[in-house]
Amino acid sequence: MMLLILILILIVGGIVSWVVASRNAAAARWIALLSICVDFVATLAIWVAARGATAQRWVEECNLQWIPQFGIRFHLAVDGLSLIMLLLTYFLGIMAVLCSWTEIHERTGFFHFNLLWVLAGITGVFLSMDLFLFYLFWELMLVPMYLLIGIWGHERRIYAATKFFLFTQLSGLLMLIAIIALAVIHRQTTGTITFDYEQLLGTALHPSTALLLMLGFFIAFAVKLPIFPLHTWLPDAHTEAPTAGSVILAGLLLKTGAYGLIRFVIPLFPDASHRLAPLMMTIGVIGILYGAVLAVGQTDLKRLVAYTSVSHMGFVLLGIFAGNEIALEGAVIQMVSHGISTGALFILVGLLQERMHTREIDQMGGLWETMPSLSGAGLVFAMASLGLPGLGDFVGEFLVLLGAYRANVSLTVVATLGLLAATLYGLRLGQTAFQGPNPHHWKLPDLSIREWSILGPMMTCLLWLGLYPQPVLNAVRPSLAAAQQSTQQEIVRR
Amino acid sequence: MSVADFIVSLPLVIMSAAAVIVMLAIAVRRNHAVAAAIALIGVTASLLSLLIAASAIPRQLTTLLILDSYSLVYMAILLCAAAFVILLSYGYLEQRNEHREEFYILILLATTGAMVLAASRHFISFFLGLELLSISLYALIAYIRSHTVSIEAGIKYLVLAASSSSVLLFGLALIYAESGSMDLSQLASVMNRTAATANAFPIIAGLMLILTGVGFKLAVVPFHLWTPDVYEGAPLPVTAFIATVSKGGMFALILRWFHLPNAALSGTAGLVLAIIAIASMLTGNLLALSQTNVKRILAYSSIAHMGYALVALLAGGALGASAATYYLAAYFATILGAFGLMTILSGPQHEAAALEDYRGLFWKRPAIAAVFTVMLLSLAGIPLTAGFLGKFYVITAGASQSRWLLLFVLVVSSTIGLFYYLRILATMYAQPTDITKVTKPILPVPATVALVVLTGLIFLLGLYPHPLWSAIIAATRSLG
Repeated sequence: MMLLILILILIVGGIVSWVVASRNAAAARWIALLSICVDFVATLAIWVAARGATAQRWVEECNLQWIPQFGIRFHLAVDGLSLIMLLLTYFLGIMAVLCSWTEIHERTGFFHFNLLWVLAGITGVFLSMDLFLFYLFWELMLVPMYLLIGIWGHERRIYAATKFFLFTQLSGLLMLIAIIALAVIHRQTTGTITFDYEQLLGTALHPSTALLLMLGFFIAFAVKLPIFPLHTWLPDAHTEAPTAGSVILAGLLLKTGAYGLIRFVIPLFPDASHRLAPLMMTIGVIGILYGAVLAVGQTDLKRLVAYTSVSHMGFVLLGIFAGNEIALEGAVIQMVSHGISTGALFILVGLLQERMHTREIDQMGGLWETMPSLSGAGLVFAMASLGLPGLGDFVGEFLVLLGAYRANVSLTVVATLGLLAATLYGLRLGQTAFQGPNPHHWKLPDLSIREWSILGPMMTCLLWLGLYPQPVLNAVRPSLAAAQQSTQQEIVRR
Repeated sequence: MSVADFIVSLPLVIMSAAAVIVMLAIAVRRNHAVAAAIALIGVTASLLSLLIAASAIPRQLTTLLILDSYSLVYMAILLCAAAFVILLSYGYLEQRNEHREEFYILILLATTGAMVLAASRHFISFFLGLELLSISLYALIAYIRSHTVSIEAGIKYLVLAASSSSVLLFGLALIYAESGSMDLSQLASVMNRTAATANAFPIIAGLMLILTGVGFKLAVVPFHLWTPDVYEGAPLPVTAFIATVSKGGMFALILRWFHLPNAALSGTAGLVLAIIAIASMLTGNLLALSQTNVKRILAYSSIAHMGYALVALLAGGALGASAATYYLAAYFATILGAFGLMTILSGPQHEAAALEDYRGLFWKRPAIAAVFTVMLLSLAGIPLTAGFLGKFYVITAGASQSRWLLLFVLVVSSTIGLFYYLRILATMYAQPTDITKVTKPILPVPATVALVVLTGLIFLLGLYPHPLWSAIIAATRSLG
């Protein structure tokens, strides 16, 4: 029941803050902040409570009857992986509310309504253990996200929002067909119709059928992640979204794609994933290089950060399909730390835009002179993004490369070049925006207390992940082992 | 005529009687509210009498009609739709200087025609029901005589519907000439006959001509050309009526007689229907992209939605008929809501049909825009709404019979479809251009009630499908 309450708090909180906002906009912000904080604390409590008992597969479960004729159940469950992703969700959710405190003036209530509903959808995605329910939440996070971009976005917001919606919807429908086909095949072989994750896990599939179904799932997650040829919605959506929208897109929506790959694609179709692994890893490496090279060439700061996401998600894909646990753990660490570091970079760009009303990197320069704290924070996050040891991203990328090296040496060598390009864009960001002379004679206010309270915890978390990632690794290890059970030995032998 | 015969025919008798009573009431004294109330009471009474009729089914009424749980479920759907249309019409007509009362006679007669279609098992009752429906519609479409577009739409519908009826009649005659029977039940066996069989040609030709007539009523490609013009020209409640009752009656008929309980539809008819379904899904959605009139957009989208329903029909099997029925019920609730909303927004002179009328609606009238958002999302098949579960059932039916091509087209075309629904959404949520032009007409009570109920229904069908789905499963089981 606890898990259902997590979702309900967000849904109800969203409605309440919408209603309240017509009287008092500040109250709406506080209600939104409070509901996410409650969820954050509750999830932390589940984590702490779960650290004692480790034997169970699921830490917490909620399994209710829903549509009996089709064996559809309202089945939520949480394990280590889901817990970590939920914590990231609520952490970034709090930051998203805080960073729009002064940015969003119009329709405050409806904004927070959408924000909380996106978070509710994401929570559902990370918790669903029924494929029908999973699809439902998967689609549910689209509509509020569409509205967030379409109403509060920047200049080309309608174009970006529509593109985002269409890409995810088309790929989502393909996944729906794959889900239904999987359930139908399961019924043909066992006689019972069900959409339950654990029951579908063991479905016997013909290899070519498995391959097609896997592609159905994969395309949906690949668009979200995003993977190289399917990424074109991302720069537009990230650039046009309001800051909170960008934070949620980059920090969380992309992670739902990676989560889907780990939770569904690999365990449901172990053989097919193994067969396609070299292809997937190659696509991942292409993504790493492509994203990094394009990021170097951007002049719009937000677009630059958006392309770094494509690059970093390439590492995640590489790690997921490398087929060993080290790489997979690296991918999860990378997911978490990328969520925080990129989220922070988007917030930073938002702060700059709020002050300077531009995102063009050429308009900046020498900002250190007028805003030392903000520039210092910017440098930290830029360094995190380029993979400086001691910060979270480094651990993720290092583990991914370490694991991928075992699977495929040449691809790993090429992937390492991505780090080089990352240094280029990271340093370019630091140098041209913050350092050097101040040709435009900017005089701007430095970080306020509220802004410190956003960026400070994010820095702390990155440092923690970079120096002592063990708690996170311990939490996700059993889930990852379960996900990999069927394929692991076979691949290690090679 | 035995008592049981009378009991099962009660729904049809009540509807016809209600039409006569409205007519008499008008002769005594013209009163809009009274006419609407009698019509609504008639529909409700007929709906309640379904419960009584349910005690005596299945029963064959002469050679013409069959009343079983399938007919009753469809009659219930059609009557509910008609009731909502009446609720929407009241406020709409109240604003207009026409003779309002006769409108309800026509609505009652047309609904009766559709109900006859749902229950017919003979060429004669098929044609009678069809003509009762069509002839009432000719007048309904051109009802607002002061509008030239309405007249134009009425004439267009008259010419095309009359010619499609004659084509249908010729098809029926061909089949009768070959088989010597006027029973609709022969269609299922006729359909699977291949061209190689002796004397197959007249039967296949007859079948194709019947499909032409049916396709015209359902507005599927290539018989869809009238749809956008008639949707645009007809008064909004009538447009809602065409989209629901008129199509529902015909769909009930072909679903009953073209559906194979144990297999997917194949043979010549299966191939033709598959082509029609694919063409409808793609054409409907593609043509809607460039429209700027919401009525026309919904007209084209209705073509696509009939294509989706045909996918379930083609899938056949245990799930096909139920999925198609659920899809229709969900679609009807949604499209009635959408047209109902447009009715509420319309003024006495002007229907809110242009896309520009909706600019910034969300900031001017948030509640109405939120309801419209729900309707559009349901049309697009987004979860939590009825439209999503309808689509889910259709895909499940298709996947059970491995109709992958149809499903693939369905997915691609509904993504194309999403684009224009999003366009309407984006317009509604855009900044209003001029805040001064805010017109706040008083909401007509009956239409508001209808919309509240419909919105609830969409969420109910989207979240808790169990009751309706069990009823449909029970009804379609009797088909086999």
